[in-house]
Parts: sequence; structure tokens; C-alpha cells
Amino acid sequence: MINRNAMKDTVENKEEVMDINVSKRNFLRLSSALGLAAFVGLYKSGDVFAAEWKESEFTADNLKAAMTSIGAEGYTMSGDVVVDSAEIAENGAVVPVRVKSAIPNTEYMAVLVEKNPNPLATAFNIPEGTEANVKTRIKMGETSNVFAVVKADGKWFAAKKEIKVTLGGCGG
Amino acid sequence: MMGVAAASGMMLNSKSLLAQPSVEKLYDIPKFGNVHFLHFTDCHAQLNPIYFREPTVNLGVGDALGKPPHLVGEHLLKYVGVKPHTPEAHAFTALNFEEAAKTYGKVGGFSHLATLVKRMKASRPGALLLDGGDTWQGSGTALWTKGQDMVDACLELGVDVMTAHWEMTYGDKRVQEIVENDFKDRVDFVAQNVKTLDFEDPVFEPYTLKEMNGVKVAVIGQAFPYTPIAHPRHFVADWSFGIQEERMQEMVDEARSKGAKVVVVLSHNGMDTDIKLASRVRGIDAIMGGHTHDAMPKPLIVDNAGGKTIVTNAGSNSKFLGVLDFDVVNGEVKEFKYRLLPVFCHFLPADPDMDKLITKVRAPYESKLNEKLGVTADTLYRRGNFNGTYDQLIVDALMDVKGAEIAFSPGFRWGTSLLPNTDILMEHLMDQTATTYSHSTLSEIKGGQIKAIMEDVADNLFNPDPYYQQGGDMVRVGGMQYAIEPNAKVGSRIQDMRLNGKLIDDNKTYKVAGWAPVAEGASGEPVWDVVATWIKDKKTIPSIKPNVPRVIGMDGNPGFIS
Repeated sequence: MINRNAMKDTVENKEEVMDINVSKRNFLRLSSALGLAAFVGLYKSGDVFAAEWKESEFTADNLKAAMTSIGAEGYTMSGDVVVDSAEIAENGAVVPVRVKSAIPNTEYMAVLVEKNPNPLATAFNIPEGTEANVKTRIKMGETSNVFAVVKADGKWFAAKKEIKVTLGGCGG
Repeated sequence: MMGVAAASGMMLNSKSLLAQPSVEKLYDIPKFGNVHFLHFTDCHAQLNPIYFREPTVNLGVGDALGKPPHLVGEHLLKYVGVKPHTPEAHAFTALNFEEAAKTYGKVGGFSHLATLVKRMKASRPGALLLDGGDTWQGSGTALWTKGQDMVDACLELGVDVMTAHWEMTYGDKRVQEIVENDFKDRVDFVAQNVKTLDFEDPVFEPYTLKEMNGVKVAVIGQAFPYTPIAHPRHFVADWSFGIQEERMQEMVDEARSKGAKVVVVLSHNGMDTDIKLASRVRGIDAIMGGHTHDAMPKPLIVDNAGGKTIVTNAGSNSKFLGVLDFDVVNGEVKEFKYRLLPVFCHFLPADPDMDKLITKVRAPYESKLNEKLGVTADTLYRRGNFNGTYDQLIVDALMDVKGAEIAFSPGFRWGTSLLPNTDILMEHLMDQTATTYSHSTLSEIKGGQIKAIMEDVADNLFNPDPYYQQGGDMVRVGGMQYAIEPNAKVGSRIQDMRLNGKLIDDNKTYKVAGWAPVAEGASGEPVWDVVATWIKDKKTIPSIKPNVPRVIGMDGNPGFIS
């Protein structure tokens, strides 16, 4: 997730943040040396993210089937749900996408890529009292609409944004 | 923020200065207000005066259909209120290009630009000089010195704030070296939309705050959002770009909270993207833009939830200097005036200090630059949505030398022009081709892939939403004829592709030459060597007819010269 406050600090106090950046990177190196399991073990991941694995949801091979498999077929589009990403992906293999919901009692959020062979990319259970704001990286085979689908008080809401995957070249 | 009254200051009172193209009439611009910005952009490393033919084709789509900046020739003159057959008409349009170029002489050049900057600064104490980027690339000397000639020239010119695009193609380390050494305490290099890929930390300062005549002003930088896509990724492997609209709003709000009374965005988005950005972000007084090389003498005023924002674009090739004056009273912008001044070297004497510097930086390369390759019988130019004679020359050379049936040349908008019956020097060829990845290529490509490539480029130019455009023009095509329907959807714009009258077969393999590949690990003889050898062999380049597509559904569009 983007830490907006950290960005502001950087503007005012660049040198200090530069030090922190270096230590962040060193920490990553260290953690990979110790093994990822230990790093992940810092969190009780089951509480925070990661809906339980339901194979049928992730193997559904078109948008409608994927929506149906998570129970979201009756969704309505909502301005309170946001898909935030670059309009054109810098690398289709790792596309940063942030989804957020301002709808009270949001309990579940999913990201679906309409034109991927299996549209459901990821899903999150949002525990009560948690800000419904998640940043992740998804893989996209081609230009497609990306949907954020949200469940709140038993109802489903969605937003979409087109993300272009381009061959590149030919800049002005 | 600017009030409604501000719009009254927008009309360029050009009639009086058109009558007499004297230096006094052209450049005697009385000071207005108390906050001043001078802006040049996309000079593409042209230190010396050049000829530059503006486009005859510049089509707008979506909301920009038939609207500025997508006006050319008489349509543009009518819109901005400039009479034909005047120096200004020559500066802003391609009308009567050859005769007007001979009459009014070369344009641009840093020595002449320096004289104009000094003149404007003398009457406008405290004025900030903004460099919109695409400054360190576009010439032989810039390439051979890794941008150092331009860095030194910009320091001499007195650039205060800069943002970037092509600068990045010298690699992240070179850019940081210049920012941290040459520019230290002298030039603020700003870009709010560049961050590290891993932790999304800002790479550069997002904006700079300055005090001007008792008024606090902020200049926010916006680098070209699609740098890692438009060029080989490895130049900026660890950096991410994008438009970053939300962060732009945060930076505007932050600058305002720190006391900025005037907020200017120095942008390399391209004008259509700037217009959309201006409609969505609140609190920006002006976006002074570049990238799309639109020489727009009249600014656009865009409404948004916070008020109004001025959007300008200042052409290319050091051919223009934008002058934006604000009258700020009690912390509020009351009115503004904007002018886009053409740099005619006949009407502006060369600045001796800058002249000396240019002579010095060019000295080691003079013999290389002045090598005569041949003579052109006709005008050589690049700019325009679909093709120019210079790119036709390049694709002809590529097909000939490489034994290809089809050749592609990227839709770059930089590249100077040559008048009929003049020598083609190596310097001129470098002006068309000098990039850090100008390898020539020969590939075997299936017809279906050719179509996919062309659809991809066409969407970067004609997507109705400017946030999905990359700027640049359509890829130039040699050997193959095609039709294009700009208003169609991606996948169906490119039609009727033919080679020697026969429809292109999706499954057949074709030999395709090209240059400036963005793919990883690409290599090949530099394109300037391929083309130089070819011109030397020909000696005289006869009149060239550019291969342009049949354009569907754009009849009567003011983006065509009539």
C-alpha cells in the first residue's frame, strides 16, 4: 500500500528518508536470506488478508462465470469503489493496482481482469474495522477492463478501469 | 486561483506587430503584473538556428476532434487571429513554407533564444525560466557528449526549473549525476510522477517553491508519464512513471498550504493530456506543457471544480519562448497575459557568451558534423501525423540497404527541416536519428503481427481518451499501403494493408526493416550509418513523395491543411 505520509516526509526531510530507504532495502535482502516464511510469519496472515482458497472461483474462464462463482452476479456499479492504476501498464506482467471502497461495512474485495484467461486475480476478506484499501500487483495478458468488486452488508458493488497493455515505442 | 476576469487578458494582440516584422514590434512586450514565467520546451538539443516546418496534418479525436491544438494552416491562423503571409504565420504553420523560410530566415538557436530570454528577464525582474524537457536529446553533439553540451548551454541560458522525458534515455545514473552535480543549487529538476518501483519512494523533488516580487510561487514537475514504455525499459529499470493525477492534487494542495499563491505545472504530458488533467485537478493556475510540440500562441482556459486553469504548449526546436505574466494582488491572481514568441534569428542578434559556448562545444565534432552526404532537391521534413519526406528517405534507405519489402520509422516529432537544393550534412542526419538506441533492424514478421503493431501505435495516437495516448505520431511505413480510420476502435483502425497492390496475408511472413527498437537486447548497425551510406551513394535525393495512408472519416477536419 502506498504510504502517503511517508511521501510527504520525503519532501521535507529527504536525507532521513533516504537512510530509511536504504535500510528498507537491506531488510529485504536480509529477510530473503532468512527465508520468506519467517518474514510472512510476522503476520497472522489469516486474520488480515487472503480469503480461503476456492478453486472454482479462480478457474472460471470468463467474467460472468467468475462474478457468479464469487456470488457477485447482481452487482451494481458504484462511485464509492475505486480502481486506481496507471492507464497504460509499464509491464503487463506486474501491474500495480489499488482498489478501495468507501462503502460502510465492506467485508470483501476482489479484483477481476475481464480479458485474462481466468478473470479473478485476487480477493481479500476485510475484517471489521479495517480500511477497505488494498494495493496489489496483477498480471495482464492484454488490454482489458479491470473490475474491483466489493461486498458490503450482503450487497455487491463494482467499479472498473481500462488498463492498456502496449507494445511500446515511438514516443514523441 | 484565477478569477473569471483573468480570461480578458488572453487575447494575443498580434495585429499591430504583424504589420511590421521589426524586432521592436515582435519583441517589445511590455511587462504585465508581478509574477512571470518564461518557458521553452522540446528544443531537442538544437543549439544552432534551423528551419522547422510545422505539421500539415494534426488530427484530434474524441473531445479534441477539430479543437485546438489540432488545428493546422489557415484553421490555426483563423483561430489565433494571425494574418497569413507574416512572420508569425510562418512560425506557427507550414503555409508557403519554402518561400517564407527564405524570407524570414532560420529560427531558434540558443544564442538567439538567450538574447530573447535576457530581454524578457530585463523587463521582468525575478522571472523564472522553465525548461520543459526533451532538451538533452536530438543532435549529434548531444548524443556524443551524453547531453553535456545542452546541460552547459542551459546553465548559461539561466534555466531555473526543469522536468524531463528523453533525458531519461541516457540512463538513470547519468540523469542523477547531472541533477546532483551540474544542477546542484542552480537548476531545480522536478518530477512529481517518478517513483521507485520497489517502495514507491519519490526519485526527484516534486516541486520547487520560490519567492518572486513578494509572491510565493510553486512550480510542480510532471515528467513524460510513459517514459518506460516509449523507450527501452532498461534506461530507467528501477523507476515507475505514470500520470499520477491523485499525487498531483496532493502536491498542489501541499504547495498551497505552504503559502504558494501561484501554482504552475511544468509538464511533459502532451497538450491533450494536460487539458484533461486541468479539468480534473483543482488549484493549478497554469500548465505549461510540451511533448506534443504544439506551437499554440493562444492558451486554452479549462474549467474545473476549483476554478480555471490555463493550458499552454510551446512548440519545439528552440523556435519559441512562452511568456506568462500574472498580476497577483493581495495573494490572488487577478489577470494574466500569455504570448508565444517565435525566435527569428534575423530579428534577434546572437548572444556573444552563448555563441562562444556553442562554438566551443561543437569544435571537437565540426568535421564530423560538416561531412557532406549529398544534396536534396526538395524540402526534407518530418512533422505530421502520418509521414514526412525525411522519414520517407529513411524508410527508402532501410528497404534498399536491408533488402526489405516493408520498413518502419518511429513517429518521432523531433527532427529539423531542410530547404530544397541544399546540402545534406551528417549533422542534419543526426538531427533525425540521434538516440541512444538507434539500431537498425531486419525482421521476418507475419502479416497479422504487422497489423497488430500498427494498431498498437495508432491507439497511442488516436485513443479518444488522452490519458491512454503516448504522444508521438503514427509509425512511418515504407513499401506497404494502408488505410486508417482514426475514429474506429483499437483493432479496426488499420485497414486495406497492401504490398504491391496485393492484400497483406495474416499468415505470410514479410521482411521488415526498422530502427530504434525498444525490445530488450536489441542490436544492429546505427541507422545513421545505413542512411548516410545510402545518401552518399545516391548523391542527389530527388523529389520525394511520402507514402501516406488513406484516411477514413476525417473529411473537413481542421487538422488537415486545406
